[in-house]
Amino acid sequence: MDVLTYLIPISLVLGGAGLVGFIYTVRSNQYDDPEGDAHRILNDDWDDHPKP
Amino acid sequence: MTAAIRPSISACPACIAAPGAQALAEQGAQKDAHIALSLPTIHCSACISAVERALAEAPGVKSARVNLTLKRATVEADPDVMPDQLIALLKSVGFEAHELDAGTLSVTQNDKVGRDLLMRMAVAGFAMMNVMLLSVAVWSGATDATRDLFHWISAAIALPTLAFSGVPFYKSAWSALRVGRSNMDVPIVTALLLAVVASVWETALSGHHAYFDAAVALVFFLLTGRYLDHRTRAIARSAAQELSALEVPRATAIRDGVEVPLPVADLRIGDLVLVRPGGRMPVDGFITEGRSEIDRSLLTGETLPVFAEPGRVVSAGEVNLTGPLTIQATAVGRETSLHRMADLVAIAESGRSRYTSLADSTAKYYTPGVLFLAAISFVGWYLHSSDTRTALNIAAAVLIITCPCALGLAVPAVTTAASGKLFRRGMLIKDATALERLATVDTVVFDKTGTLTAGTPELTNLSDHDATALQVALALAQGSSHPLSVSLTTAARAAGIVPAQVSDLREVPGYGTQAMWQGQAVRLGRAAWTGATPGVDTAAWLAIGDLAPVAFTFTDRLRPGAAEAVHGLMQQGMRVLLISGDTGPAVAALAQRLGITEWQAEALPVEKSSKITALQAEGCHVLMVGDGLNDTAALTAADVSISPASALDAARVASDIVLLGGDLSPIAESLATARSAILRIRENFRIATLYNVIAVPIAIAGFATPLVAALAMSSSSITVSLNALRLK
Repeated sequence: MDVLTYLIPISLVLGGAGLVGFIYTVRSNQYDDPEGDAHRILNDDWDDHPKP
Repeated sequence: MTAAIRPSISACPACIAAPGAQALAEQGAQKDAHIALSLPTIHCSACISAVERALAEAPGVKSARVNLTLKRATVEADPDVMPDQLIALLKSVGFEAHELDAGTLSVTQNDKVGRDLLMRMAVAGFAMMNVMLLSVAVWSGATDATRDLFHWISAAIALPTLAFSGVPFYKSAWSALRVGRSNMDVPIVTALLLAVVASVWETALSGHHAYFDAAVALVFFLLTGRYLDHRTRAIARSAAQELSALEVPRATAIRDGVEVPLPVADLRIGDLVLVRPGGRMPVDGFITEGRSEIDRSLLTGETLPVFAEPGRVVSAGEVNLTGPLTIQATAVGRETSLHRMADLVAIAESGRSRYTSLADSTAKYYTPGVLFLAAISFVGWYLHSSDTRTALNIAAAVLIITCPCALGLAVPAVTTAASGKLFRRGMLIKDATALERLATVDTVVFDKTGTLTAGTPELTNLSDHDATALQVALALAQGSSHPLSVSLTTAARAAGIVPAQVSDLREVPGYGTQAMWQGQAVRLGRAAWTGATPGVDTAAWLAIGDLAPVAFTFTDRLRPGAAEAVHGLMQQGMRVLLISGDTGPAVAALAQRLGITEWQAEALPVEKSSKITALQAEGCHVLMVGDGLNDTAALTAADVSISPASALDAARVASDIVLLGGDLSPIAESLATARSAILRIRENFRIATLYNVIAVPIAIAGFATPLVAALAMSSSSITVSLNALRLK
């Protein structure tokens, strides 16, 4: 059962990381335009070099 | 000439806000302009980049971003950039664009409540997954110290989560209890508290059962229901607000002889305001200069426009048709008759406030029932075993199992599915209980002008005229942009008529067009101007020299889908009525055309609403469909109301459902959808009840374990959601 000492903290940290990530996406307005984002990925405007 | 046009909502902003970029720029000082544009035609990634590139290359534009979901672009630009320039620019690359009023939009841009619910739901979801992980370990056989450790960790996750995520329920329950009432949230909060107390107690005494997972899952499922419900209405609200934002409140005032574009809010009493043809009066006032015709149909329902000349009193909301008018303002802003009428409607008791939603009426029986069951179990087990801990545990199990997880999802899952379906057909459901009220409807009342008819005239007697008259009429009609002329031109061209050769063609605003043809004066226009006696029909009269004038009669074109809607409703056994402010013959003709037997003409706004109240007194459930200010009282009084997108803002606000397209045919379908939605909601209630009937005796008997509770809760929630998707 010693393995629990690692596994429990790991599961909590992973879950927490997911939650923090989600909160970040909500805060930075990433759900405002789901349809546009789905289409933007097909856009080849900045394929050769990143947007300046 | 006489006619009624409805300027399309998109036509206004552009023509009102033409010149005067400098004046606005000076006013705006150094502040950057935020411009919002509606782009109804964009649909793909190529559109996004084309629009963004075109906007970014425009001089003075700092950044531009397209939102495809909302079909909208937001532009940050130097203060001297005017929306019209950008609209023209987008038009040149092939995109239709309309200006949106940023002030009206800003309300929807930050959906704080939705974001708050989403955050609480996410926290509950993540906590649920972690607690469930630990619980599964306990259920599959963890014992002694391991079990206690898992329970403590579960508690450490669940307690802060419940404190954060449960806030909406605590608030709602408290606000109900404070005024001595009860709602669905009272048993939820009781269950959460009891579960937490019982579970912590159990854990502290190394007990076997802890309900942390159930409590967190309960909060998560209920928040999901709330969020779905909120989102459905937020989408409808933002679309409705976009309709309002399309009417940019800007007017052209004349100050010291100079035309100054101003926000309507800045107009003062005594200001001279210029209203161009096609524009809507921003203020109450009287005409000081110019002749024209004004369309009052949105206010009164009259189809025939009224002649306008200096001295005539006009009200805000009327539409100027032919010539430019200068108006001296006598009332502005909230003091205008338009606003005062709209305010009256807001005070009036509305059909929706009298309605108790299905969820509320269920909660009325459900809440006391659940609390009673839990209390009985506690007392019973306490008397039986004299052990507070066992009794409390069982009471908590009873509450958790009966808790309306499925009930909380039963209504929102169905309304989300139904609203989404109707939204795709072009109907916006603005009010939460509108669907339920729509399902009870058995009587439908239509307004005429602007609702069943599109407000565009259609020539009816082309074949009555000889070729010469038609050729001359066409030549004269081509010289004017008056709606009757436009309609005549279209009809004559379609019939292959070649215009006669005329000279000295000129339009006399408010009267008609005149010219010289083969040495005779020819006129096309108002009856009195051409020397004719006006009849009852909408008509343009043609006078050739000294010959007796002949009439070109017009009828108001039916809105697309109007016939289908009326027919469809009658087929469903609805009683259909037509109540209009227009004159008798016009209403009778339309009623006959659509097969409506019950109609009333020349109805005042008060008569419209009292007729609806009378129908309700007979026991009818009334659906009102209308668009004008004269309909707003009736829209409010009816059990449920629908208005087309072209309706006056006040009418759209007063109604529960807004039709986005010009087509009326979805109305008949929406009633069927609403009825099937209510059927599903009732089915969902039955599923939830059935599951309670099976699970509650198990819980009261003390056989319920956290595993049973979790299984029952999840399976019933999923069943209810899947049932909602069966909606046809």
